[in-house]
Amino acid sequence: MSGPDGIAALQPKDYATDQEVRWCPGCGDYAILKAVQRTLADLAADPAKTVFVSGIGCAARFPYYIATYGFHTIHGRAPAVATGVKLANPELDVWVVMGDGDALSIGGNHLMHCLRRNLDLNMLLFNNEIYGLTKGQYSPTSRAGLRTPSTPMGSIDQPLSAGLFALGVGARFFARGVDTQQKRLPEIFKRAHTHRGASLVEILQNCIVYNDGVFAGITERDVAEDRQVHVQHGEPLIFGKDQDRGLRLNPSTLSLEVVNLGDAGITEADVLRHDEKNRVLATLLAAMEPPTLPVALGVLYCDPTSSYDQSVHTQLDAAKGQAPAGGLQEVMRAGHTWTVEA
Amino acid sequence: MESATVRFAGDSGDGMQITGGQFTLTTALAGNDLATFPDFPAEIRAPAGTTYGVSAFQINFGARRIKTAGDHLDVLVATNPAALKVNLADVKSAGLVIVDTGQFNDKNLRKAHYDSNPLEDDTLAPYRVLKIDITQLTQDAVETVGVTKKEAVRSKNMWALGLVYWLFGRERAPTIAWLKRKFASKPEVLEANIAALNAGHAFGETSELQHEVAQIDVGPAAIPPGLYRAITGAEALAWGLVAGCEKAALRMVFCSYPITPASSLLHSLAALKSLNILTFQAEDEIAAACAAIGASYAGDMGITSSSGPGVALKTEALGLAIATELPLIVVNSQRAGPSTGMPTKTEQSDLYQAVYGRNADSPLVVLAARAPGDCFDVAVEAVRLATKYMTPVMLLTDGYIANASEPWLIPDLDAIASFPVKRRQDPEGYQPFARNPQTLARDWAVPGTPGLMHRIGGIERDSTSGNISYDPDNHQRMTDLRAAKIEGIANDIPLQEVDQGDLGADLVLVGWGSTYGPISRAVTTMLAEGYNVAHVHLRHIWPLPANLGDILNTYKKILIPEMNHGQLVTLLRDRYLVDAESLAQVNGKPFRVSDLEAAVRARISRKPGLEKKL
Ligand SMILES: Cc1ncc(C[n+]2csc(CCOP(=O)(O)OP(=O)(O)O)c2C)c(N)n1
Ligand code: SF4
Repeated sequence: MSGPDGIAALQPKDYATDQEVRWCPGCGDYAILKAVQRTLADLAADPAKTVFVSGIGCAARFPYYIATYGFHTIHGRAPAVATGVKLANPELDVWVVMGDGDALSIGGNHLMHCLRRNLDLNMLLFNNEIYGLTKGQYSPTSRAGLRTPSTPMGSIDQPLSAGLFALGVGARFFARGVDTQQKRLPEIFKRAHTHRGASLVEILQNCIVYNDGVFAGITERDVAEDRQVHVQHGEPLIFGKDQDRGLRLNPSTLSLEVVNLGDAGITEADVLRHDEKNRVLATLLAAMEPPTLPVALGVLYCDPTSSYDQSVHTQLDAAKGQAPAGGLQEVMRAGHTWTVEA
Repeated sequence: MESATVRFAGDSGDGMQITGGQFTLTTALAGNDLATFPDFPAEIRAPAGTTYGVSAFQINFGARRIKTAGDHLDVLVATNPAALKVNLADVKSAGLVIVDTGQFNDKNLRKAHYDSNPLEDDTLAPYRVLKIDITQLTQDAVETVGVTKKEAVRSKNMWALGLVYWLFGRERAPTIAWLKRKFASKPEVLEANIAALNAGHAFGETSELQHEVAQIDVGPAAIPPGLYRAITGAEALAWGLVAGCEKAALRMVFCSYPITPASSLLHSLAALKSLNILTFQAEDEIAAACAAIGASYAGDMGITSSSGPGVALKTEALGLAIATELPLIVVNSQRAGPSTGMPTKTEQSDLYQAVYGRNADSPLVVLAARAPGDCFDVAVEAVRLATKYMTPVMLLTDGYIANASEPWLIPDLDAIASFPVKRRQDPEGYQPFARNPQTLARDWAVPGTPGLMHRIGGIERDSTSGNISYDPDNHQRMTDLRAAKIEGIANDIPLQEVDQGDLGADLVLVGWGSTYGPISRAVTTMLAEGYNVAHVHLRHIWPLPANLGDILNTYKKILIPEMNHGQLVTLLRDRYLVDAESLAQVNGKPFRVSDLEAAVRARISRKPGLEKKL
């Protein structure tokens, strides 16, 4: 196999740098790194045309471990720096790596505007519901009541949902995955990569040191199948160990509810089919939380439109077509001028 | 007359900026040298008739080189009581005050907080006064045109302009041509404006006026030959940045967030898309700085612009650009006061912010423009230094320079030396933080280039490989290198020149930025009077020119006039251990020449026989 520009096919390990990875042993970030390296190999990504931009946090160390171009910037600002990179060179494949504090607290404003403008960036949000690098304070995604060094009596903040935020501000792509799901994660990343425009992927990531097991209620082997629904465009929203549970719209409450197939004549036909272009459905799916509802994983929403960088360059090219023949010299001489004789 | 200063003042809605702009154009065409000072209220639409809603435009023009917008007024046109109240104190004794009596009714007098009508008491006794019902005369003049009364009254600024044109023997043709373009689609409004302009002019010619005020003759000035235009600092800066990027063979990516008085630069550049200028209005100043850094990282010339409060927000990103050693230009159009301060008023109080205002040891280059036209040259220099040394450059201008206009000898772009940027292509032996031994700059290796993949970031990095490094010796070395790189630029900038006067004079006035005009005029005058005084003006604020210390040490006294509470004085004392004295002024206005002259007189005495010819 050979990649674009005839580059010999690279293996996942070829996308690793010689730098020693410095996350805590057992950190979910390792798994995500592996999934990204696998994705790049599957995509035959040209390392010279790939850029990873990150903010600050444990997650944001990511670029040092990927053998492409990499820019480790400042806390919260990765989307803004990536915007400049992509505007300057839309040919580049730009990935953005952020933690939940990075993306949704200090950088919430930039993420919001990046999503609504729809820059063609592949944005990965490592959500461990905690501030890892600064040693375990609660984050904007932490659940109410969480005790941390800065909330000894329990957090009283209401947490933010990355998915609802993204859909609310006009994102055209939102997907969710789990760090350990090594088969599914690269598939989601590839979808994000293919999507022209801003694509936000939330990855539920375990911080083994400061928030261990925060997603256990979804990911533990014994509950996983009942607490996760993997959405596929056009397929019925069915889940459960025996694939016998489905999601249905309750028209009187305008909310989703779980039904058991076979109960009182309920069949697959009663179950909603996933439509990834349906923002309302995506919003309902993104909001689902255990124990009453499963967590939705996969591509919840994908409805492409023209990307900001494309539009910027379309305008710029149109303007360049109107350039005065004499360039700046001519611009400076246009309008009222007068000659002072020697 | 050698020179004259005229101010048009009226309500924000009275079109005073347009009137001033037209008078400027006509005056430039008459061959005068000139300088202008627009002064608008901070409110977008202040209530009519109030003192805080007064908008003014001042122009100083002459048969000699003009260096400031003028201290005191020879002529004040006040189109309502509030404008008279706010501006009268600036008129010279026996100066000419032209008032529109049609606006001096009880309501307007009350709004201007006049207890009695100043036209009827002795308020105007020290001046020559022309009391004319301009409002009524304008209505009479446009009666036949068929515009509404409101539209008729709106052309009264053209009536006043016509009268002032008569006063200085100016041509009306350029303004008529301009009106024709502006009101091409509104023939009645056009006709009304022309009728008003002509009527004002005719009033001067035909009325009894000629017994009270004589026409004033200000002849052309001796200025270098060539093709000229009027230019504001914002325009000159925009064009200078474009020229600089062309000389560097780089595309410009300009990222900004609106703020007074910096927005005009964003507007000017957004209008130049056809020259391949990419502009981006970001969600805030932080994003603007970060996007500019991202653009530079990707190989374009990233530029961001703001005023002091916005530059404060960019500070952390500046640290990133310093740490990663990427080219970046940050334009600061300074404004008055901490926090919101006085957005529409000028000041030069961000010098500390520019030179010192970051966490840790984080040196960068600081340049300052001295006048509207000078912005062009400083902008070209900013691009040169940013790209050659892979460093952020802070370019300081201010609200006064940004909005003021002056005649500008349009430069020949071909005569400006190019400095094309070489990006690294060769993978052989590439190390992200290896340096050019002369400049100490690292190579610019841009994403998309095969074989040069590397990682950079804000964490301290190994002085060669760029890999994360917490090694104590490495941090010392990197800190030293960052400082040495910027200090070394002192050898690549012009030596400091003495603008006027001699080395070793009794007193030197050292200035930077927009104080150039008043200091220069004051020193010219004082030299003519026989004072042994000199003027040194800085463009390169950091690093300072290599010979500056030697120059300063020759003078007996050093005085530093600044529109701040004494910032350059700190820098120079610190750098050279010189006994420099501060002359600080922070009233939102440029220095008056007369105040600077008085400051010289208070410090040294005249040496009869030493008078220098102007
Ligand atoms: C301007 C600024 N403020 C604060 C910090 C300190 N800081 C570094 S990372 C971080 C939060 C990290 O949490 P998150 O973004 O969720 O990433 P994680 O470490 O969990 O991967 C904070 C507060 C900083 N580096 N810069
Ligand atoms: S602190 Fe948590 S998130 Fe950070 S590296 Fe360790 S386990 Fe991972």
